Amino acid sequence: MRREIPLIITAVVGIVFVVQYFIPHTPFNRFQELFSDWFFIIAACAIWLGALNLLKLSIISIQKKRRDWQYAVIIVVSWFTMAIAGILGGRDFQTPGTGFTWLYDNIYTPLSATMFAILAFFVASASYRAFRARNIQATLLLVAGFLVMMGRVLFDDLLFGSIGEEGIKPLSEISDFIMNYPNLAGQRAIMIGIALGTVSTALRIILGIERSYLGGGD
Amino acid sequence: MSFWEKMLAVDRRWIFLLVGVSLLVPILPFAAIDVKFSVSEESQKLFDGLKELPPGSKVLVTFDYDPPSAPELQPMADACLKYLFSHNLKVIIMGLWPQGPQQAEISVQRALAEPAIAAKNLQYGIDYVNLGFQSGNEFVIQRMGSDFKEAFPRDTRGNGYDDLQLLRNVKNFSNVDFVFNLSAGYPGTVEWVQVAADRYNVKLGAANTAVQAPLAYPYLRGGQLVGLLGGMRGAAEFEKLTEFRGNATQFMLSQTFAHFIVIFFIVIGNVAYFVTRRKKE
Amino acid sequence: MTSNKLKVSTVSFALVLLLIAGARAYSQETGTGESQAQSALSMPQVSEDAVRPAPAAEVVAQDTPNDNGGSIQVRWQLSPDDKKGMVVRYDVERRPAWLSETEYKVIGSASAGSSQVTDNYAEDRLIYVYRVAAVNLLVRSSGDTIPVTSYSAISNEAQSSAQWFNTDRTVVLIVGVIVGFLIIYYIGQAKKGKALFIRKIAGLEAVDEAVGRATEMGRKIFYIPGTQDMENIQTIAGVTILGRVAKLAAEYETKLDVPVSRSLVMVTAREIVKEAYMNAGRPDSFQEDMVHYLTDDQFGYAAAIDGMVVREKPATMFYMGAFYAESLILAETGNSIGAIQIAGTAMPAQLPFFVAACDYTLIGEELFAASAYLSKEPKLLGSLKGQDIGKGLFLMAIVVGVVIQTLGIYDFASLFNIAAE
Repeated sequence: MRREIPLIITAVVGIVFVVQYFIPHTPFNRFQELFSDWFFIIAACAIWLGALNLLKLSIISIQKKRRDWQYAVIIVVSWFTMAIAGILGGRDFQTPGTGFTWLYDNIYTPLSATMFAILAFFVASASYRAFRARNIQATLLLVAGFLVMMGRVLFDDLLFGSIGEEGIKPLSEISDFIMNYPNLAGQRAIMIGIALGTVSTALRIILGIERSYLGGGD
Repeated sequence: MSFWEKMLAVDRRWIFLLVGVSLLVPILPFAAIDVKFSVSEESQKLFDGLKELPPGSKVLVTFDYDPPSAPELQPMADACLKYLFSHNLKVIIMGLWPQGPQQAEISVQRALAEPAIAAKNLQYGIDYVNLGFQSGNEFVIQRMGSDFKEAFPRDTRGNGYDDLQLLRNVKNFSNVDFVFNLSAGYPGTVEWVQVAADRYNVKLGAANTAVQAPLAYPYLRGGQLVGLLGGMRGAAEFEKLTEFRGNATQFMLSQTFAHFIVIFFIVIGNVAYFVTRRKKE
Repeated sequence: MTSNKLKVSTVSFALVLLLIAGARAYSQETGTGESQAQSALSMPQVSEDAVRPAPAAEVVAQDTPNDNGGSIQVRWQLSPDDKKGMVVRYDVERRPAWLSETEYKVIGSASAGSSQVTDNYAEDRLIYVYRVAAVNLLVRSSGDTIPVTSYSAISNEAQSSAQWFNTDRTVVLIVGVIVGFLIIYYIGQAKKGKALFIRKIAGLEAVDEAVGRATEMGRKIFYIPGTQDMENIQTIAGVTILGRVAKLAAEYETKLDVPVSRSLVMVTAREIVKEAYMNAGRPDSFQEDMVHYLTDDQFGYAAAIDGMVVREKPATMFYMGAFYAESLILAETGNSIGAIQIAGTAMPAQLPFFVAACDYTLIGEELFAASAYLSKEPKLLGSLKGQDIGKGLFLMAIVVGVVIQTLGIYDFASLFNIAAE
């Protein structure tokens, strides 16, 4: 029964989700919202599992002076600082002026933005490595990438902006063409494949053929 | 090891350094130059979609991003709200990301500080409302398809949905004239297209980070999106179209320089690759 | 109407038009964006009748199709004065059919130029009639604004109702049934023992090699199952592949580390890894903390993993699931320490990043096929076959559609519209 009950729940919820898409009548129109509400309630409660697991592992790491345990100290201190700031802020802990908001604006936001900004540097190094004209396909990719990169920024305007009354923009036009036709065609092909793969996987799960996500073999 | 072999195995930190310098220099005050640039078709279409709205039309602006994506999306949000307010369009704000409505407040304050908009003395609840964040990702959009009030019983200030004058007679998407989605990932433009545009025929425009934008192109061509702003370039173009110039125009130059450096390295890398390969042969 | 009256009204109408044109030009010049009608009508000498717009015509009310009831669509023909800028809005009014003419209530408004409003406040058991008021504004010399309206004739009677089938989605149902049937049919065929061919997927062929390499080097395997929760089908595909990788790791006695960004994924992945170790006959080697939670925050998660990668230098890294902008931040860091990297995602925007920074990348549907491929389980392979036949049908439909649409025989694309509920 340990395996059967989850399978039955999966099948029932999966079928109801499919059916409600075609039936607008009550009660079917409410099922999707109902089940999604349940999911979000469970996920919200489950956050404690994760948060406490992180805390537990970090404290053990400090106690046993495991390798790089100093990082665990930062985790524990940050964990408690944010939690205490949130609790002290009361119900309105997210409103401007609270300690929590200060930490959010002045520590969390810059740190997150920094991580995202690293992407610019990594795109550069990855491009340097990947864009090599090793064969015909790679050369096509290289040329396309090259033109799109130039067309997406101000090269046109800097190079050809003074030609004619309003300037000409060949690079932007080529870049738009690449994005709107070859890129779009490829994207759509991938998306159709993904959609079919999703349907197939969903069916396998609903029918109980794919069970490994429940733990263990098939 | 020859020069070209060294270039092939160049330490990536050199690339990082040059990219960093190229990003930084154009935004220094002494280096600021005024660059004219053209507007892409997808940005123009989005602007045209907003432009054809008669005064009094209701625009739902969804802030589906958080601070990390703000450098790209906040200028778009700023220009959007300034345009909507200055053209007497009614604004309904919401977010599917927890931090979205906070980002919205930043843009609202900036827009209200514009002298021309301040002179209008816009009233909260009559000219604009902030419904806040609601968890549930695309299911929130689904729920809004039948009833906004179910998804957002109260706004960020604790007012009941029915107490807000702007929202009287706004039951669902059929009572909204345009949806402007600012998106940095999931849930975002794809979900708005799949639920709001496909199922409820909503007129939808999207503003995406550069990383996300290619994903929205199929929907643009398919007509599910009215228009699209992609990355910093899209932001700069939108600032130009709305005539509310902000940071994006300046950051655009940084991005151009960075692209130049990347292209430079790609060229160097390829030359090095061919030279060393020929030597080996 | 006498000819004198006609002349007067023609002249006053022409005057109004002139004023409107002038106001429009002024408004465009100054860019005020104020309603043109309002600007024009601020002239004191204009009477109410002169600015009263012609009424809207042919008001039709109809139950909104394919919905859950409670909604009626009202459409009308624009007032002839709409284009002249003499209408600022249309107010749609409603009354239950049996009540008197005075019982109208405004249920919605539409801007000038719009010819439809949906009444979302209808009750299914009641029959309603509607009328549309074309509204213009008259600005008096005192500065007061008064609405000047003209009413259309009343609409037909209409009643809202809920439907049991959304006919707009018939095509989706047909396509879904065909694809579903194909998948189930081939699963049945596979069960009967029919041999099914599956092409080689380089990324999955390399899984053994990647795990083996970590064993040889005596270093860890990192497995990242994406950044989304268990409701995302890519995460399910990701943790499914984790089961196969964990079993191999258990057999090779290689250390496995699964940092996750969602609590529910942690719980699920733990079960899967535990079961995999038991199936491999090494339950003692399993430790709960192999699967551990870091943070729900996208870039916090990326930062934590980058730190762990730089410090612990794993030999092998798997990225299987849904990723966003963190994809390249993770993969490039893995690349910098020389790890062998296998990625799989159905996020089209992230695929180029993984292709650039990883050794092997499962593109889109290959991620979903991975479980079947690795297990060689006939039932799972059967579903792949069905899916591929479905793809063939899609390709045929695209080719046929392009031909029909190009030749202008039929609007083929309209068959696939999914309209409002």
